Amino acid sequence: MVIWFILLAMTAAAVMAVLWPLSRHRAVAAQTDPDTQFYREQVAEIERDRERGVLMPSEAEAAKAEAGRRLLRSTGGRGEGFAAVGEPALRRRRAASTLVLSIIPILALATYEIYGSPQLPSPAAPAQQADNIDLMTAVAQIETHLAKNPQDGRGWEVIAPVYLRMGRIDDAVKALEAAIRYQEPDANRFANYGEVLVMTKDGLVSAEAQGAFEQAVKLDPGSPKARFYLARAAAQDGQVEKAKAAYTELLSASPADAPWVDAVKQELVALGAPPAEAGQGATSGIGPEAIAGMVAGLASRLEAQGGSAEEWARLMRSYAVLGQRDKAVAAAHRARAALAQDAAGLKTIDTMAQELKLTDAQP
Amino acid sequence: MLVEAGHFALALALGLSLIQFIVPLWGARANDPVLMAVAPAGALAVLACIAFSFVALTFAYLNSDFSVLNVVQNSHSAKPLIYKISGVWGNHEGSMLLWVLILALFGGVVALARDSVPMRLQANTLAVQAAITIAFLLFILTTSNPFTRVLPAPMEGQDLNPLLQDPGLAIHPPLLYIGYVGFSISFAFACAALIDGRIDAVWARIVRPWTLGAWAFLTLGIAMGSYWAYYELGWGGWWFWDPVENASLMPWLAGTALVHSTVVMEKRDALKVWTILLAILTFSLSLLGTFLVRSGVLTSVHSFAVDPERGTFILGILILFIGGSLTLFAWRAPMLKQGGLFAPVSREGALVLNNLFLATACATVFIGTLYPLALEVLTGEKISVGAPFFNFTFLPLIVPLLLLLPLGQTLAWKRGNFLGTAQRLYAVFGVAILASLAMLAFQHGGPVAAPLGIGLGIYLVLGSLNEIVTRSWSRGTPLSVAWRKARGLPRSTWGAAIAHAGVGLTVIGIAATAWGVETIGSVRPGERLSAGDYEVRLERVIPRVEANYRDDVAILTVFGSGRELGTIETMKRLYVTRGMPTTEAGIMTVGLGQVYASIGEVQADGSIGMRLYYKPLVLLIWIGSLVMAAGGGLSLTDRRLRIAAPARAKAVPPSAVPAE
Repeated sequence: MVIWFILLAMTAAAVMAVLWPLSRHRAVAAQTDPDTQFYREQVAEIERDRERGVLMPSEAEAAKAEAGRRLLRSTGGRGEGFAAVGEPALRRRRAASTLVLSIIPILALATYEIYGSPQLPSPAAPAQQADNIDLMTAVAQIETHLAKNPQDGRGWEVIAPVYLRMGRIDDAVKALEAAIRYQEPDANRFANYGEVLVMTKDGLVSAEAQGAFEQAVKLDPGSPKARFYLARAAAQDGQVEKAKAAYTELLSASPADAPWVDAVKQELVALGAPPAEAGQGATSGIGPEAIAGMVAGLASRLEAQGGSAEEWARLMRSYAVLGQRDKAVAAAHRARAALAQDAAGLKTIDTMAQELKLTDAQP
Repeated sequence: MLVEAGHFALALALGLSLIQFIVPLWGARANDPVLMAVAPAGALAVLACIAFSFVALTFAYLNSDFSVLNVVQNSHSAKPLIYKISGVWGNHEGSMLLWVLILALFGGVVALARDSVPMRLQANTLAVQAAITIAFLLFILTTSNPFTRVLPAPMEGQDLNPLLQDPGLAIHPPLLYIGYVGFSISFAFACAALIDGRIDAVWARIVRPWTLGAWAFLTLGIAMGSYWAYYELGWGGWWFWDPVENASLMPWLAGTALVHSTVVMEKRDALKVWTILLAILTFSLSLLGTFLVRSGVLTSVHSFAVDPERGTFILGILILFIGGSLTLFAWRAPMLKQGGLFAPVSREGALVLNNLFLATACATVFIGTLYPLALEVLTGEKISVGAPFFNFTFLPLIVPLLLLLPLGQTLAWKRGNFLGTAQRLYAVFGVAILASLAMLAFQHGGPVAAPLGIGLGIYLVLGSLNEIVTRSWSRGTPLSVAWRKARGLPRSTWGAAIAHAGVGLTVIGIAATAWGVETIGSVRPGERLSAGDYEVRLERVIPRVEANYRDDVAILTVFGSGRELGTIETMKRLYVTRGMPTTEAGIMTVGLGQVYASIGEVQADGSIGMRLYYKPLVLLIWIGSLVMAAGGGLSLTDRRLRIAAPARAKAVPPSAVPAE
């Protein structure tokens, strides 16, 4: 709201700036005819030059004659004075004032209405900016630390995703390289490294990236990320059947709600597998019994060993997808019991319950 | 809040400009001083609004306010302060805002000069100015709005184009724009004169300082841009006949002609119609330059705007103003009264010749720049018109112009005596020829053109000095008297002499490039590379990390004729945010020449590719330009009213050179 007062004040000031000369009823002094004045100054100048010895007397005479000729040429036919008084002048002034009072506010407000964004908050809320600065200083600190201790693989691993968020992809690649070099081999690390390499190539799986994914699969044959990109590599090499098989396999090994499932299905569709088949591939490969079995396995594991809030949430969703709402509600209750100490975890469960509309699962 | 207020101020400026356009024009027609008085008030209000808007944008840059799209795209919180400021105009939107700011600034100055400009002329001029402002404000608001906001605001900006993160480019656009936009005042005055249907020496007197000022700034801007290209692009060249460079050269050539023709008009009340036409053409070429650079029709290192919508809009502005003003000219010019007469051999005649040569040279640059574009649009065929074309067309036009320059400067007004004038220059001509011959004799198998070019340069410098000498000294005059007389000469005479000597210096610098030496090689640390009498040794290559870039610095020791001269650093720089590499040339100045080294990639075996140049007298190119601009500035301070005393038809004694 405040902004509109400021804008209105600005408009008023602008209008006043041009209304002011219109409102002045000053008696217009008979301004000397500029030509005559120019001529007078010119002749005075010539005189001065002659006195200083810059001009010879004969030249000064010639120059004066020239100036005189010009005055004669320029004047004549221009005797009219200013028309500043009388009824027509008054009417003109009123019309001009009306123009000023209408054009400036209307045009300015209309233009601003189209292109401006008065509703947007003031530049970057201070808290956000402070966060920003904190992050920048943190990055700078970690960078200094790493410059001194380049063998700190853990540090490299921490800063890599930050680089990624800041758009410094090349730095992220270097950081992940270092993270792999100085730490125990780990499937996730290789898969992440490969993924960033793919980003630098705009989605193309280079030989280098493929190497990283193969390493990841060697360390953990189940690594979904690595398997996904290896399948894509196969597709890019023209081995469509191999790629399809790999995708289907990945799909069947994944929980139905895994975040990558949609991406895999899309890839399958892109490879020419009809959506239905792709969808069937997901279910027919396993079959409802198999899914039920997997869900039961997850449930018993969570019962026996406990698990993270995400796993509990996945269990809830699986039951809901299978149409077993009561079991889903029960799972929610058990999850709450198991995660009683974990506020964030409880929140995850609540969110999932809301999402699945498990109204009777509310605490 | 400040950003939004800045945005609104821009919209207000649009409304104010419309008033500044309509009311004063009406006032001038009705001869009503009250309505005409709206013009200066409006111009000052527009200036205040646009200046506020510019300040608001600058603040957004200084605070790294990433809710503004323009800041996100062109800034970075880790950027040094100077580039946060220069980033404001280092991009399309901001530079257009700077353009209108300068336009408004000039309008404001015209508004404040209320005593020296007749009221009707002022009202009409400011109305024309307002029309230009309206067009460009509309362009900014609709297609290139620097105040567009983004939500949510990104965490970090994308950084300024690394090529532009350079002190040279921080000040190059403002200088160039002051030049470009300064000609808008001459244009507005010309249109005002046409609207009013009268033009005389009073007009020329008022317009002259504006034209000179704009010309001097344009000279500085072009020189700055050329020096930037020289050291930043790492190619060792200083002028590439790139369309962007030509875009600034064309208004400069036309502006140079305009500066000279206004002198004729002011002193002799002649060449009126031509001067008006030149004023219109000069600004039209400035607009064309803006169009070429801003629409992105060219693809070169300079073009950082690609958007057809913008191109079409500027093309519309171009057609409106060039077409409109030329129509006005065709309609009104025949009504203008012709002024003083002059003989073909006279100062006026020489200046007409100057104008002809400059206009033709400008036309060749125009064709060389636009023909490839037109061809590509019409047939899709891509051709490139480069240095060979310009060497064949532009140089043959410029060399005779330069040869005639000292002669014209010495001729008398109205009717001159060619032989008498030539006599006063024979000593200068002789010295120049001797210098050329001496250089031809001493060099071993070098290019023939270089000594001739140097001779031409010497002839220009001495010819300019000769002008001062012959006007203050004749045989038998004691030196003290001559000195007093020389000091008593009008500053515009000194200004002209200095500017012309600057041309001579630049010519010498250009001619000497023919003696430059270039070596390309690959060196490892400890190895040497030589160019002419100079040699460098690569000491080591070290990495260096700065806030927003990383360098690979090659440290070189320079030897001249076996003697160690010092070290220079040349680097390959990577700007991390954009992942964009740039080259920073290592330059050592030896006298007026320079040793210039730039490095390429580090190769697998640890060696680096290096280009090494020795460029004798190369600094004279830019020193000459500075001298030219200084001459223009000096002439600008001459506020005297000037009228030429025509020489009598009778024989003129050689010492009686016409004074101002």
